[in-house]
Amino acid sequence: MNQLLPGLYVPGDSPVHRLDPRVKMGAVLLLMMAPFALRGFWGYFLLSAFVALISVVSRVPLLALLRALRNLFWIGFFMFFLYIFTTPGQPFVAWGGITATWEGLLAAGAQIYRLCLLVVMASLLTFTTSPVQLSHGLEALLAPLEGLRLPARELAMVLTIALRFVPTLFEEIEKIAKAQRARGVDFRSGGPLRRARSLVPVFVPIFVSAFRRANDLATAMDARGFRCSPHRTRMQQLKLGFQDLVATLVVLGVVLAAIGVEQLT
Amino acid sequence: MLIQVENLTHVYAPGTPFERVALRQVNLQIAAGEQVGILGPTGSGKSTLAQHLAGLLKPTAGHVLLDGVPVHSAPRDHRLQVGIAFQYPEDQIFEQTVFREVAFGPRNLGLDEAEVTARVRWALEMTGLNSEVMSQRMPFTLSGGEMRRVALASILALRPRVLILDEPTAGQDPQSRRRLLERILTWQEETGLTLIIISHTLEDLGHTLERLVVLKGGQVVADGPTRHTLSDSALLNAVGLDMPEPVKLLQTLRQKGRKVRTDLVSAAEAATEIAHVWGLPPPPGPSPRRGGEEGRGA
Amino acid sequence: MVGISPIWGKDSLMMGAWDLSTDSRPFIEIKDLEYVYPLEGGEQIKALQGVNLAMERGEFVALIGPNGSGKSTLARHFNALLLPTSGTVRVDGLPTSDPRHLGAIRQKVGMVFQNPDNQIIATTLEEDVAFGPENLGIPPDEIRQRVEAALAAVDLLDYRLHPPQMLSGGQKQRAAIAGALAARSSCIVFDEPTSMLDPLGRRQVMDTIHQLNTAERLTILLITHSMSEATLAQRVLVMDAGRIVLDGSPAQVFSQVERLRGLGLDVPPVVEIAHRLRGWGMELPSSILTVEQMVEALC
Repeated sequence: MNQLLPGLYVPGDSPVHRLDPRVKMGAVLLLMMAPFALRGFWGYFLLSAFVALISVVSRVPLLALLRALRNLFWIGFFMFFLYIFTTPGQPFVAWGGITATWEGLLAAGAQIYRLCLLVVMASLLTFTTSPVQLSHGLEALLAPLEGLRLPARELAMVLTIALRFVPTLFEEIEKIAKAQRARGVDFRSGGPLRRARSLVPVFVPIFVSAFRRANDLATAMDARGFRCSPHRTRMQQLKLGFQDLVATLVVLGVVLAAIGVEQLT
Repeated sequence: MLIQVENLTHVYAPGTPFERVALRQVNLQIAAGEQVGILGPTGSGKSTLAQHLAGLLKPTAGHVLLDGVPVHSAPRDHRLQVGIAFQYPEDQIFEQTVFREVAFGPRNLGLDEAEVTARVRWALEMTGLNSEVMSQRMPFTLSGGEMRRVALASILALRPRVLILDEPTAGQDPQSRRRLLERILTWQEETGLTLIIISHTLEDLGHTLERLVVLKGGQVVADGPTRHTLSDSALLNAVGLDMPEPVKLLQTLRQKGRKVRTDLVSAAEAATEIAHVWGLPPPPGPSPRRGGEEGRGA
Repeated sequence: MVGISPIWGKDSLMMGAWDLSTDSRPFIEIKDLEYVYPLEGGEQIKALQGVNLAMERGEFVALIGPNGSGKSTLARHFNALLLPTSGTVRVDGLPTSDPRHLGAIRQKVGMVFQNPDNQIIATTLEEDVAFGPENLGIPPDEIRQRVEAALAAVDLLDYRLHPPQMLSGGQKQRAAIAGALAARSSCIVFDEPTSMLDPLGRRQVMDTIHQLNTAERLTILLITHSMSEATLAQRVLVMDAGRIVLDGSPAQVFSQVERLRGLGLDVPPVVEIAHRLRGWGMELPSSILTVEQMVEALC
């Protein structure tokens, strides 16, 4: 059950999987900024086509991507109504003092689409990059900031430990929820306030156990010499290869082309 | 028959690469007031079965009936006649005082405050905790053993007709284990509840419960009086259970031709048995050979 | 002079840990150790008092005692997780009170804790085993070799890419052992490593410990509540109220049935049986510990 959770790693051997995580993270960052520089149809089309291509090449199951998008439902819902009612223009429906405009409909559609695109890009990153690599990539990208007193290594470690415990936490939540159900808690009935309160018997124990866990882990890490030497090495080395160069150039090319296409039309 | 399990099958994550059959065509009947141990190695399906008995899982196939009604789909109050404590039940504690933690279940049942208070007091006494001293204490400041007792009290306070305990002695030292098991048996004596204990340790179940159900690979491989199952060394070895040393000793002596019983789990019983067979003058106290009365363990 | 392992030949895991230049002193030397910690409200708890202990390289010592007797507290002095309030603790000649030796001490003495989950920090098994060597600044290629050898030694090589949630409790504890082996620790302290495991996991862990002690001469300190586990050791220490009250071979210690009962401790079942039978007049050797010995004495 854990392995198909949205946003988590799906093991595979596609060309995307084999890219250096630093390149992937840089590329995703660039791709995520691109939609904000685009306004017209053709720019978006090019970008979307590229993202679709990467999805296919990475062999990530479509179901996983759709599940990631499903989490956006409530945000999308909210945004939809926000935009159609607050964008000035030609009204197509009026109700009381509030009007919904055609321009609003278009704006809502564009924003929601942009959001979906961002989520798909981020998901492609996390689906094709193992937690180990993500943490390595992050550490490497933040390393230059060590000079500015930013503890990059420690941050990377925090990320790794968090990722390692996500499945464990899910199991624990399931177990505690069952135990509280067995004592009469009903998670499904009542209004939103009641339901929120019914989560207290689940989240308090999880918090308590998380603190205990953190304490135990810190002791174990100390016992294994975590802070004893200033020169910590890593078993896995990141090495850039030819495919990374190609990927970087392709991504740059696509982004520039998308912006360029806009200028031409 | 209070509990009826009919052809129960449970499959986890069906249709995915992680599909796993946890229970296969399990049939079981438990009468009101019985003491049943469910024994089996890890992966045998014991915990899954326990959750089905408590109505927390939906069967993939088959039924689990409590008083003739399927437990999983029954209204909440029917389902709550079965109390269940998972492994390390102290993990579920969340309230700020012991009183509120133990009162949680009864309050969810909608009982009035007078009844809730009475039940909390009763449940704490049953677990050997002084309700006056303990009620206002913060559960997280208690020792591990005390926290476990608070958690068990919180389930007892529901006054369930059936009490399922999944590895109640997990993580405890030998003395605490013995004390807890003795206490659990007194709950059964005093309230007449139906007691089901899940374990992978014969030591816990061997001399405390009347009936033993053995699971392996999601199926029932033995179901009968504890003594019978304990004597079946072939079965126990085949299932891969950890044999308590007294049993190992008696089995080895039997293989060497000595006519000893092999169904005694505690050191005291085994010693008494050996003494009899070797012809020592009878030791004081009840004897395993007379009328089936077993000497209680040390 | 370097030791050669009978199983792994020249590339023994433990090469480098056998610094025989200090072989003459005990590996662990504890003198007059006292450990006090303050409670809220000004009270002080003497968790350890007057502890004297010497452990040689390759010894397998079991540490038993009632709850609160100070076993874990004592164990945490072995790798300087705790420092003495008074007295000295030396690991391979290095005093724990000197912060310059902290790294070396924690490399020499590894520790496996009770909760299998709360000591695994990485997302795959091999990454976790690599944690110790990474902390020591070992070059990456060597780390890889050490990790492979360590995983092979605990029979988990096939699971190297598994995430921790796919490992059983017994496998997780063996992974922790592998972590200590990869760091080339010559001593491992086990704080109730099996109390949260099922019988199969317990067997796996105890077999691994036993094998590492006999084949690799690893020094072992095992804190346990299981008297059966304690009988596997060469030496048993019994603690009570912060002191070591008994120290001897398992046969010697467990023959003191009444004394142990008085402390609230069990004896191994076979010892209990022998004790009762002797009480009823049967003649049995006082050194009986195992089922095999008992059967031989009876038949």
